[in-house]
Amino acid sequence: MKTICSKGTTVVMSQINPASLKEARPFADIAVSVRNVSKNYGDVQALKDLSLDFPRGELTSLLGPSGCGKTTLLKIIAGLLPQSSGTIEVDGKTVTSPGPDRAFVFQDFALLPWANVMRNVAFGLELRGVAKSEREAIAEKYIREVGLAGFELKFPHQLSGGMRQRVGLARALSVDAQVLLLDEPFSAVDEQTRRKFQEDMLELVANEKKTFIFVTHSIEEAVYVSDQIAILLPRPSRVSEIIRPTSFRGKGVENIRRDPEYLDIVDEIWASLRSYVE
Amino acid sequence: MINRSLFLKLLSAAIVFSAWEIAGRVPVSYAFPTFLESMSALASIVFDGSIFVAYAETLKPLVLGVSISAFFGIGLGLWIGLSARFEWLFGPIFIVMQAAPLAALIPILVMVYGIGLTSKVFVVCIMAMPVIVLNTASAVRNTPASIKDMAKSFMASDREVLTKIIVPAASPVIFSGLRLGVSAGFIGAILSELKITPTGVGDIISFSRSIADYPTMYAAIFSIILLAVVFLNLLEVLENYLFEGNNRGYVSD
Repeated sequence: MKTICSKGTTVVMSQINPASLKEARPFADIAVSVRNVSKNYGDVQALKDLSLDFPRGELTSLLGPSGCGKTTLLKIIAGLLPQSSGTIEVDGKTVTSPGPDRAFVFQDFALLPWANVMRNVAFGLELRGVAKSEREAIAEKYIREVGLAGFELKFPHQLSGGMRQRVGLARALSVDAQVLLLDEPFSAVDEQTRRKFQEDMLELVANEKKTFIFVTHSIEEAVYVSDQIAILLPRPSRVSEIIRPTSFRGKGVENIRRDPEYLDIVDEIWASLRSYVE
Repeated sequence: MINRSLFLKLLSAAIVFSAWEIAGRVPVSYAFPTFLESMSALASIVFDGSIFVAYAETLKPLVLGVSISAFFGIGLGLWIGLSARFEWLFGPIFIVMQAAPLAALIPILVMVYGIGLTSKVFVVCIMAMPVIVLNTASAVRNTPASIKDMAKSFMASDREVLTKIIVPAASPVIFSGLRLGVSAGFIGAILSELKITPTGVGDIISFSRSIADYPTMYAAIFSIILLAVVFLNLLEVLENYLFEGNNRGYVSD
């Protein structure tokens, strides 16, 4: 049992099982629950008996060294990959395939190169059979919300990397799923755009009342945006710690990066991960 | 930009035609007429209407063969690209068809199907189909996995993944296969008229060669090339109209 106690706050336990998690946070409203999930690729065990709860309305990061199975876990939650054993519950219901309750944001944006911004943003609604005028009205609203008003008729190749990911984000928001799954969404954009995205992310979590599951390999990014950070360790992948930063969330985006708790958590995480990085 | 590219195209044509004219005047061979002689021969067969009669004959196997090849070629290509088992079954047939020396097969086709339209359509199909099938299959197999995942994550049915993701994503390569297939079809159509029975444009070519009317022979060859180029350009216009953003490549590149 490993415990991180930095100034003022945090944290928690190793190999989480669902019972002890409920003990730790008895009143938490759980939106997504991963129970004893394993995943094997042939002989290779990618995930082993992994259990993790995602509280509603919060952003949970999955953080770990590369090859630790964080994207695999996210794709299993999305229903894009079948697990070898275990269950995924969204709102208490077991899910095995993609559903209207979850929307995915892709690392490489996954935009349709032959479709303009409007059609790309409305594509999720198009697949759900929403009528053209209605889906374009909804898409219009989210295009404005992510700051792309005026770019509706542009094609993806005419946009910068950051703008393309805004299209991906608007597409995920427009289907109004209650769980947003983000697979390293900012890893393909430049540093400055990335910082802006992280600030926008905090605003989004505060305003949208959705549950966010966020895969990242950046320790700073995870600590900056998360309400809860799950550290995954590889081979086979399991949850080693859950960290809940508490003291800097309300202090405003410009103060987070120099908050002592922020800096301590970043250091602690690095200390526990460094031995796994080749 | 458009004017500039048009200018370069015209310049390129002018260089080729001048070289032809000069080579004809040298002359390279007595059987090689100048560009201007060929053009005046072209004008005369256009004005006496014989070229239109000839094309009415040549276009029959060409259009029929190319349509059959495009329709079944794209269909089979999609199937082969989607199913590994189907690929093992049908892939080798088209690879063999592509490698086979067609001129050697023509006597067999004539023995089986006679000297009529059927044999000529077969020749066009054998030329055009393999490249369309193989291009379509490889394009389908190379659809970026992330946009397929994207569609599935937004609950697309298998049918929607095919029509809204795989086909549009594969369309640039399918169209390049179609372009190659159509040009091969033109070759097949002329070859069948030269090798099976002299009809249409093939007849103009072989007849004018036999009476040493070389300008007319070259005029007929030139008209075929011109028709093929026009047709390929139309195909490109169609492609750009159908899949506008595609001509700039993939976003993730």
